[in-house]
Amino acid sequence: MSGFFYVDLVLFAILTVTAITIAQLRHLYAAAMLSGLFSLVCASIFVLLDAVDVAFTEAAVGAGITTVLFLSALALTNARERFTPRRLGLPALIVVTITGATLIYASQDLPVVGSLDSPVQTHPLKSVYLEESVQETGIPNVVTTVLASYRGYDTMGEVAVIFTAGIGVLLLLARTRKPRSEAGSS
Amino acid sequence: MMENDHLVLRVVSKIMMPFILLFALYVQFHGDYGPGGGFQAGAIFAAGMILYGLVFGLHRARKVLPWKALMFLIPLGLLIYIGVGVVSLLLGGRFLDYDTLNPHHPHAGQHLGILLVEAGVGITVAAVLTAVFYAFAGRGVKQ
Repeated sequence: MSGFFYVDLVLFAILTVTAITIAQLRHLYAAAMLSGLFSLVCASIFVLLDAVDVAFTEAAVGAGITTVLFLSALALTNARERFTPRRLGLPALIVVTITGATLIYASQDLPVVGSLDSPVQTHPLKSVYLEESVQETGIPNVVTTVLASYRGYDTMGEVAVIFTAGIGVLLLLARTRKPRSEAGSS
Repeated sequence: MMENDHLVLRVVSKIMMPFILLFALYVQFHGDYGPGGGFQAGAIFAAGMILYGLVFGLHRARKVLPWKALMFLIPLGLLIYIGVGVVSLLLGGRFLDYDTLNPHHPHAGQHLGILLVEAGVGITVAAVLTAVFYAFAGRGVKQ
């Protein structure tokens, strides 16, 4: 287990350094690439936590597609952040400190990862999903069963959200009419 | 992008394209047994299309997967999902109750329902992500 601990430690160190670097950078291309790296490291941590399905999504969407979309957006706008003179923002410091302290205080109540008496383990639905879902549906992957069968309404709502978001972006960005010089279908 | 630019990138991505798309289909249809499902498969498929568009240019990608096809596929996925629910209603069950799709073998009904529903998710996700990339890239190239 100690091997996993060191891997976790290294990954979280990379994550922290990447986040601080992104906040410091003014060159937005580099920041977009580093946010891709951030997602990739996140995906690795998800794999270590046995959340393979989430890691899949994070690697494909976070590290791949989002980075490309960031770069495409930067190609349309300006790749450098506008220079703002550094000021010591005392109100900002107070807000950040209070928020951070609240989060750390709240994290004391979270169960230890993998502990046996956490709500995830003791909730009665856990045994329903893990033990009876295979007999009820005949499908070995519980994640798929929960997403597509037990929680089919939720997933339908998610698809509707993706549909709506896509339509919104396309309404704003896609040019359905070609400029006069070009002919053809679009 | 110039045709004779980035020879290594073009050769490597040409070799990788079939594997990426095949892997997307594997993740799509193997979601019942292993990690993955419609959303992940759609994202991987769209990533493959985006890689093709980045390396070979938007006009080539639009020949493979035209804009009109995407505008057809985006609602199609959602309609497949809702359609499965409506069919299960018409067969006398509850909305999205896959057991009714095959009254004699509820397990087969579950398999069929989840397969169709995941296919709907995959189609919509892949089409939306590819279309958003086309929209972004199209503005950059042609203005």
